[in-house]
Amino acid sequence: MVSLLDIIGPVMVGPSSSHTAGACRLGLIAHDLVAGTPERALIELHGSFARTGEGHGTDKAIVGGLLGFRPDDERLREALQIMEKEGLDYRFEKTTLGEEPEVHPNTVRITVHRAHRHHVMLGASLGAGRIRVSEIDGYPVEVDGSHHTIVMVAEDVKGSIARIAGILSEADVNIATLRLSRKHRGGDAFMVIEVDDRPTDEVGAALKALPWVRWTHRIEKVGG
Amino acid sequence: MYHSLHDAIADAEARGVSLATAALDIEARDQGRPVAEIREALLRALHVMRGAVEQGLTGDLRSNSGLVGGDAAKLRTGPEGPLAGTVFREVLMRAIAVQEVNAAMGIIVAAPTAGGAGVLPGVLLGLASKQQFSDHAMVDALATAGLIGAVVAQRASLSGAEGGCQAETGAAAGMAAGAATQLLGGTPAQVGHAVALAQQGTLGLVCDPLGGLVELPCVFRNATGAAIALAAVEMAIAGITFAIPADEVIDTMGEIGREMDVRYRETAGGGLAATPTGRRLAKERLTQIKRA
Ligand code: SF4
Repeated sequence: MVSLLDIIGPVMVGPSSSHTAGACRLGLIAHDLVAGTPERALIELHGSFARTGEGHGTDKAIVGGLLGFRPDDERLREALQIMEKEGLDYRFEKTTLGEEPEVHPNTVRITVHRAHRHHVMLGASLGAGRIRVSEIDGYPVEVDGSHHTIVMVAEDVKGSIARIAGILSEADVNIATLRLSRKHRGGDAFMVIEVDDRPTDEVGAALKALPWVRWTHRIEKVGG
Repeated sequence: MYHSLHDAIADAEARGVSLATAALDIEARDQGRPVAEIREALLRALHVMRGAVEQGLTGDLRSNSGLVGGDAAKLRTGPEGPLAGTVFREVLMRAIAVQEVNAAMGIIVAAPTAGGAGVLPGVLLGLASKQQFSDHAMVDALATAGLIGAVVAQRASLSGAEGGCQAETGAAAGMAAGAATQLLGGTPAQVGHAVALAQQGTLGLVCDPLGGLVELPCVFRNATGAAIALAAVEMAIAGITFAIPADEVIDTMGEIGREMDVRYRETAGGGLAATPTGRRLAKERLTQIKRA
């Protein structure tokens, strides 16, 4: 659904909705995946991100996102200096992640490490600040950051979705969409749950306490 | 949101309200948020636009690559041409100002995108430099601009990479023309004609930024986009109608965009980017950024 506020907005640091604002959002999702600023990151840029990224501040924007800055945060401009000052080990590589049209020209693969957590995500900036994360830890997913989103990996046990829905509804968190993906039958399931209301830390803890949930994180809604 | 300007105009006329009111009501329903909250967000956008204009007119800004900057100031204080003292010159300098801020990694409102972000504030705040408008009327203008952009997004595209610059500064010109026509007291039908008149003038416009950077020609394309918008406003207010309805002009833009060769869609493979000078400048500047 197109919203007026997507058209008159977002408020953002320039110069490019796709190469700066979208790139920052992708960095933010990687940040949320490890629930904070990663200590180590590998940022692999593909296509137009690799070719014109530097001129558009794509590098600064992704690093800014990893630091938890939002697309309208003026600190994006100094993100690389801040990264160095904080002693963070972020590396950039230019690469080819596949052929168009299967791989969008503005695609990045981000591998992040923070304490014992580490995740890999593949995402693209689609234009006008919109993004799509298409893979997390090898699972095909679809995350666009337009909602608060809960991501989790759980054992594929019967009734799991009902339990999760129950916890959310008790906390008054309304589910907008729920998608499941598995690498193979009976294997772990990756769940992406988009919700209308921001899930509290308590909700996160309740989900984490389910014995068959391996891990879960909250990805914050960005923009609007 | 409305899928066509035709429906939006018909609704507004039937209810006897402005297009802004019609659009805000639908947005409130779609998003499940009160109208006041949406107005509040649009008012924030207006403040950011004012800030960007201010910064761009007075600040000493240079883009990352150094390709653009300092030209809004020339229009502000430099020698005057045939547009001396007119609202036209005020509009041009503000459109450039916002794009210079954008290129320097300053804060702007992407409306509809960052690349086309100068046109709407250029036109609206340029008009406001000569004539007083209430914040309420300015927010209404932004709502109508948003409606027009939303229709373009659904029927065609708002991305240079998808549809060329006609989808960015061209769409922005349509949004600005419609918004300004409403601001100056035009009817919903006149707003529709202003959109059609502006967008017909940008059909086929390619996206060909040097080195793929949103700098050149982008900064100036925002100024010429604003000029086209202003011309459309003048015509629509004068009572000129455009025989092809705005929705069909927008559809045409989408069709041309889909047919446009990839060289003309933000890849720097054609157009001004591929000229001998375009290639040389891009190469020089990109190496400079790497060294910096
Ligand atoms: S030329 Fe391309 S990048 Fe520049 S404003 Fe137009 S659409 Fe945007």
